[in-house]
Amino acid sequence: MRTYSGHSTPKASNALYRQNMAKGQTGLSIAFDLPTQTGYDPDHELARGEVGKVGVPVAHLGDMRDLLDGIPLDAMNTSMTINATAAWLFALYVSLAEERGIDPKKLSGTVQNDIVKEYLSRGTFIFPPAQSLRLTSDVVTYAVEHVPEWNPINICSYHLQEAGATPVQELAYAITTAICVLDTVKARLGGDARIDGVFGRISFFVNAGLRFVEETCKMRAFVDLWDELGRTRYGVSDEKLRRFRYGVQVNSLELTAAQPENNIVRIALEMLAVVLSKRARARAVQLPAWNEALGLPRPWDQQLALRTQQIMAFETDLLEVEDIFDGSHVVEAKVRELRKAAWREVEAVLSRPGGVVGAVESGYIKERLVASNAARLARIERGEQIKVGVNQFDQTEPSPLTEGGGESILTVDPRVEKEAVERLAAWRATRDAEKVHASLAALKVAAKDGANVMPASIACAKAGVTTGEWAGALREVFGEYRAPTGIGGVATAGGGAGGRDAEATELEAIRATVRELGALLGRGAKMLVGKPGLDGHSNGAEQIALKARDVGFEVVYEGIRVTPAQLVASAAQEGVHIVGLSILSGSHLELVPEIVMGLRMAGLTKVPVVVGGIIPAEDARRLLDAGVARVYTPKNFELNAIMRDLVTLVREANG
Amino acid sequence: MTEDELARRVTLGERAAVAEALNLTEDRRPEGRARAIALLRALRAGDEGARAHRVGITGPPGVGKSTLVAALTRELRRVSRTVGVVAVDPSSIRSGGALLGDRARISPDPNDQGVFVRSLATAGELGGLARSAPLALTVLAAAYDVAILETVGVGQTETDVRHVTDTVVFVVQPGSGDALQFLKAGIMEVPDVLVVNKADQAELAARASGDLAAALATLRSAGALPYDVPIVLTSARDGTGIDALVAALGAHRAELAGPRLLARRREGAIAWGLRAFVRRHGEVGVETRGGEQNVREAIASRLDEGAVIPQIVDEV
Repeated sequence: MRTYSGHSTPKASNALYRQNMAKGQTGLSIAFDLPTQTGYDPDHELARGEVGKVGVPVAHLGDMRDLLDGIPLDAMNTSMTINATAAWLFALYVSLAEERGIDPKKLSGTVQNDIVKEYLSRGTFIFPPAQSLRLTSDVVTYAVEHVPEWNPINICSYHLQEAGATPVQELAYAITTAICVLDTVKARLGGDARIDGVFGRISFFVNAGLRFVEETCKMRAFVDLWDELGRTRYGVSDEKLRRFRYGVQVNSLELTAAQPENNIVRIALEMLAVVLSKRARARAVQLPAWNEALGLPRPWDQQLALRTQQIMAFETDLLEVEDIFDGSHVVEAKVRELRKAAWREVEAVLSRPGGVVGAVESGYIKERLVASNAARLARIERGEQIKVGVNQFDQTEPSPLTEGGGESILTVDPRVEKEAVERLAAWRATRDAEKVHASLAALKVAAKDGANVMPASIACAKAGVTTGEWAGALREVFGEYRAPTGIGGVATAGGGAGGRDAEATELEAIRATVRELGALLGRGAKMLVGKPGLDGHSNGAEQIALKARDVGFEVVYEGIRVTPAQLVASAAQEGVHIVGLSILSGSHLELVPEIVMGLRMAGLTKVPVVVGGIIPAEDARRLLDAGVARVYTPKNFELNAIMRDLVTLVREANG
Repeated sequence: MTEDELARRVTLGERAAVAEALNLTEDRRPEGRARAIALLRALRAGDEGARAHRVGITGPPGVGKSTLVAALTRELRRVSRTVGVVAVDPSSIRSGGALLGDRARISPDPNDQGVFVRSLATAGELGGLARSAPLALTVLAAAYDVAILETVGVGQTETDVRHVTDTVVFVVQPGSGDALQFLKAGIMEVPDVLVVNKADQAELAARASGDLAAALATLRSAGALPYDVPIVLTSARDGTGIDALVAALGAHRAELAGPRLLARRREGAIAWGLRAFVRRHGEVGVETRGGEQNVREAIASRLDEGAVIPQIVDEV
């Protein structure tokens, strides 16, 4: 039982961890901020507004010391959600243990280290897929030999479901990811190497949604598929090594900003999926905070998440009985169906040119996910999929839980970033520059020569190298990657032959207004959809871009991780009529006004800016004051309504 | 701002002016079209863009044209040449909407005044070239050393691209024999430079390049190859061969220098003018004007008098 946490500074996060442990939490789950996840120091241009936001900044060994101060590493199970820079954070952790005189063989925990889903949904990749997988493989092989109690990879289909994956897709792409990692490790160890041990150390991190019967069946299908894969493809003979080990974070996608207290019930139901079936029960469960769609959870919100699990474990009789589904023909049939469909998709991916990597690079998998999510949103908008409090039963009494408005949400003090930059400068001033230089040079050599980068990274950690320097050295060797946006090949355009009449009529009506707008403007209405900052959760931006295209806008979308300056330059060069920004990392107050200002300075005085994201009401007011035309939050689920808004805004601006 | 002033600022490479000029070239309103004509005339009068190299990048979808344009742009910047890019993407016939390319790939540094990228939607044009793409290219050629036109890569765009560029680069990828078949059958006009991209697939790339070379040799012996078409192997992803591509582009431009370049541009402008005329007035319009040859001659004589295509199409 643990909650995913970390924010502001290493010291503040350390205090939070100790507080949670005092309340009965049995492990640590560290959330890192986006600069740390994407390999930038707090003083980098792209880190602006992001330091300490969605997790804790760790820029060097000194930060790691503060973060884990007073926490016994040899007695603690530590989970680190870190991917592109996993080798680095793992190196810092191992270095800290060695510094404290702890044998790395006694360390237990997990690094997420699953880069594939970063390309598909979460967006914190740095290097091209092949090079990234090589780093993944280095962490895995190093851990299996030197830190044997460690889970060196945690394959996260969680994020795929958050990006809209169906249960079949979640199963299939988790398995293809595993195949891709195992094949890479095997190739790096030499073709005939036994990888039973590696297979046995792979764990999973899955998602569980509200359709908990189907989700239970999905978990049972996972258990079967993994066992089969181990036996057939990798010849793993020891049954224990073929056991499907997984942790879970239940679904956030289904949580709503409207009547957020309803989420307490949703979260409890989602948990059922991963605990009910003993044979397919999660090893570790994390629950989101009921109000996370509104802002960063406070300690009290996290306490509720922990209590929910404790009630399930200690007050109910669930843990006293054997598997309650064994022998159920309903469950068996459903599991069989999921397994078959998932395996078909696994084979479809494997048969593509370049295999799994090819399917990632060509955007094949991403396009399938974007299409699933578009279909899901359309079902909700049509009212086919009922969301209580959103598209049905939306009358509500005033809620005593949210009446405090912005104050009931924990926000990060803007001074955090300044302090992090100062800490970094102080750290750089005190270290031995020569040692830093030499250890980075050695890291580059290892990266070029194909040696395992872990020993060189540990040497870097001990020499005082920073996160940005470590990643920068590897960027030089490996290059930087931009992933396909996945929206180019998605055909949605409801309102065609297959669309419903009412929907088709509505879409046609909006298209007509966009055409009229084009006549007024003299050329096609053009929109820039931007994702500034380091936040890689691109679902919102993708869905807006697709919808805008479907109603007739010419849409420029550049994918994730663009700077405010880049967005301004694009808007100016492309001659767009409106700019839509999507930010979910909480850095909207820093980034949005800068972009609005930049657009005005570039002479784009008539271009309205709209913003979408998880934006508390108080912040929304401040953005409107800064010149933003509209702010959309998860409450605005009707994309058609947003599109009509955009048309109105452009028309007024060019009136 | 007057069109003369706008033209002056375009030639200085002022990005705001280039953006505004490009907006004008797309403008379908009568007053917008009139302003666009005035702007193009001003650029023409100053002979702006005559020194620029206009490069068309074409080839089937999926061969990596965008990545190649990005790599090419970086390489041109490295050797201190300024670059303007028009990237054309298809519009949906049904909605008129379009998703335009990932421009961040091409221009990672927003402060670099020497790169300008504009995406255009085909907006219902079947040929794969946006209606305003040739005009946009004219503007970019006035502002930058190299003006690149990247096409959608479907349909018979190669001929159209040839009309408005100095050098046509046709991109293929290993393992696809389409280009070879088209070349052999004479369906495809011979490009000025052939690129085999994704050459990291070494074996396949070598075979593709060999096949193309053989096809070109056949054409050459039949006397159907006026220019020795180079075949360049590139990997846009790791940057291999991009310097060779830049060299090949330079060589073709040098080969064309002087009267041949002028002749090609004039011929191209006439052909493009004819296309634009047909689009506007239809085949019937051509017949009314005494047939294609007469229209061509009319266009040519107006061009020689300093007129620009949109204007000629309106007048003739």
